[in-house]
Amino acid sequence: MKASDHVRTELADENADGRAGASDRKNGKTSGLSESSRTEKIRRAILLTILPLLAAILTGGLLILAFGENPFAFYGTIIDRGIVSSSGLQETLIRMAPLLLIAAGLIVAFSAGIWNLGGDGQFLFGASIVGGLAATVSDAMPRGLMLIFMLSMSAAVGAAWTIVPALMKARYGINEIITTLMMSAIGVNLASLSVKVWFLTGEQGLQIPRTRILDVSDRLPTLFGTRVHAGLVIGLVAVIALHLMMRHTTLGLRLNLLGANVKAARHAGLKVSKLIVVTFLLSGAFMGLAGGVEVLGVQGLVRAGFNPALGLVVVPLVFLARMNGWVTIAFVFLLSVLTIGGELATRQAGLPNDFGLLIVALVLIFMTIAEYFEARRVRGERTVWQTMSDRLLSRGRAGV
Amino acid sequence: MFDETLITALLVGAIAASVPLMLAGIGELISERAGVLNVGLEGMMLMGAYGGFWVAIETGSVWLGFIGGAAAGALASLLMVFLCVRWGLDQIVVGIGILLGAEGLTSLLDAVTFADTRPRIGRPARVDIPGLSDIPVAGRAVFGEPYMVYVTLLVVAVAGWVLWKTPWGLAIRATGERPEAVDAAGVNVVAVRSLAVLSAGVLGGLGGAYLSLVSAGNFIPMMTGGRGFMAIVLAMLARGRPLLLAAGALLFGFATAGTTALQLFGVEVRPELVNSLPFAVVLAALVLFGRNEFLPSALALPYVRGER
Repeated sequence: MKASDHVRTELADENADGRAGASDRKNGKTSGLSESSRTEKIRRAILLTILPLLAAILTGGLLILAFGENPFAFYGTIIDRGIVSSSGLQETLIRMAPLLLIAAGLIVAFSAGIWNLGGDGQFLFGASIVGGLAATVSDAMPRGLMLIFMLSMSAAVGAAWTIVPALMKARYGINEIITTLMMSAIGVNLASLSVKVWFLTGEQGLQIPRTRILDVSDRLPTLFGTRVHAGLVIGLVAVIALHLMMRHTTLGLRLNLLGANVKAARHAGLKVSKLIVVTFLLSGAFMGLAGGVEVLGVQGLVRAGFNPALGLVVVPLVFLARMNGWVTIAFVFLLSVLTIGGELATRQAGLPNDFGLLIVALVLIFMTIAEYFEARRVRGERTVWQTMSDRLLSRGRAGV
Repeated sequence: MFDETLITALLVGAIAASVPLMLAGIGELISERAGVLNVGLEGMMLMGAYGGFWVAIETGSVWLGFIGGAAAGALASLLMVFLCVRWGLDQIVVGIGILLGAEGLTSLLDAVTFADTRPRIGRPARVDIPGLSDIPVAGRAVFGEPYMVYVTLLVVAVAGWVLWKTPWGLAIRATGERPEAVDAAGVNVVAVRSLAVLSAGVLGGLGGAYLSLVSAGNFIPMMTGGRGFMAIVLAMLARGRPLLLAAGALLFGFATAGTTALQLFGVEVRPELVNSLPFAVVLAALVLFGRNEFLPSALALPYVRGER
């Protein structure tokens, strides 16, 4: 094996922290060369993130062209609105806050091999309890105390909504994909009901029932004179803290072991049922917190039927990031830019808002395709394209 | 209180609500048994709903519409065949990609093609067997449904027969459990899985087309409203038994139709509570009966020859 191959496999190990990268590890770990590992890292970043992004932009551009719109104007608007313009960038950062917290909840769950797909229900309960109580509680407490209290409430409620799937998984081994999806569907309904019944403001003439509004002065503090609220900081801290926890603490090691192999975890003497419950509660707490932050920072109230359905889009991002916190933050930023910029760009182009979803989908699919080629390259297999180009080249040479 | 038109309405409503779930659920069930977790089912249904409606409007034929819907669903599933079955890419990521892509694409196409005209198609033709359809209470529900309902029942029966009584079914089920053994026995794992995913696309597309062509009479963006995920859950619960899946879908259908029926009775029930009921029933059933593992052991694991 050549030296460069060693570097490659070592890097593959470094980047593939989750189980998904297990196939990359076959060649074993050897000491790497730090200088070339830096260029390797940059090369991987380009190959796995930037190339797929460009491919998605190109495909989306062709589609826009096919529908008779100008793709350059479209993407120009996305970049201008999503990153360049100050107000747009603020919107992007505001949107990142709940997405980051949802990502944090997914990082814990996925690392431990638990499919918490019920994020929407947990999110909405967190949002509803805050929407329903914050305004009332703020009459009785100073703002700082109220915020801390409401944030903990939202986390507690989100965690509580995972108890049923957690116990069913821990006690009877019932598949959590089913139970979390079921509980989420129930949660979406009950959260809406709670707004209609328990948290109704009682104002007359409302089209849609909603909770009492929280004064802007009582919401989460904003950062540096912008409209970006402290939820962004909470989200960033949560993702980074979890990233470090999964790598440097015993609990993190235990959860990773649980995710890698339940039997091995049991043989190692871990209390598997207890760990499953802990994972669910942690994951749900972050989902609930995401809802709480969204209400305390942006909405100020909750309307019946409120459901931004943010949970599902974050799932593949966390997966593609291999549960790596830093990469997740970058992906969430990208998603926020696409969403915020896309809202304006689609409106200007006269396309439906959901068109943005198509771009996100293209990014996801091209990213997985890039991973496929990278995994083959790391394993030392030649891709179809390489084989084809080799053949063409050798034929050319033979001709000479 | 129990006047018969009401019971008829309940039966008819329950069947109408359960047909899309049955079609998509059978597709998902086949795909799951072959070891592919098709998270993009909801997207395939949406593609079918749009594709079916578009073809029906263009050709004026509901039957061609259903074929168009099946084709649109199959088209979406081809992406999964190539990326997940052939290349072994992550099924969850690609599935969610298909879902989001289908949501975006159908909304876009809808805006371009139907936004100005908002066309509708008429009520679907129903089977009418003189005499039988006029039997009080159950006659209309059993003998007077739109034709597609009977096709759906046929699909359920055929799927059950193929999965459990034929060598093909054995190959499908074995591929979901021990693909390497199937491969060693000389059966092409990739081909079996590809066909299974394709049938999920076709049936998901048909289920979606039923929504737009029969239930609603027009296409609305995001009109599947989570039915794809409900079908995934039903397929997981049914443990590979199409009849069990059909029963589960009917249960969901009754819960849905029950809301309307209760409102007709004048009983004020919060729709949120009624909507939650089927999910709660499923959870309770799981605790009571579903304690053992029942998902195929190779579910969601890509098969790469020579690995492991």
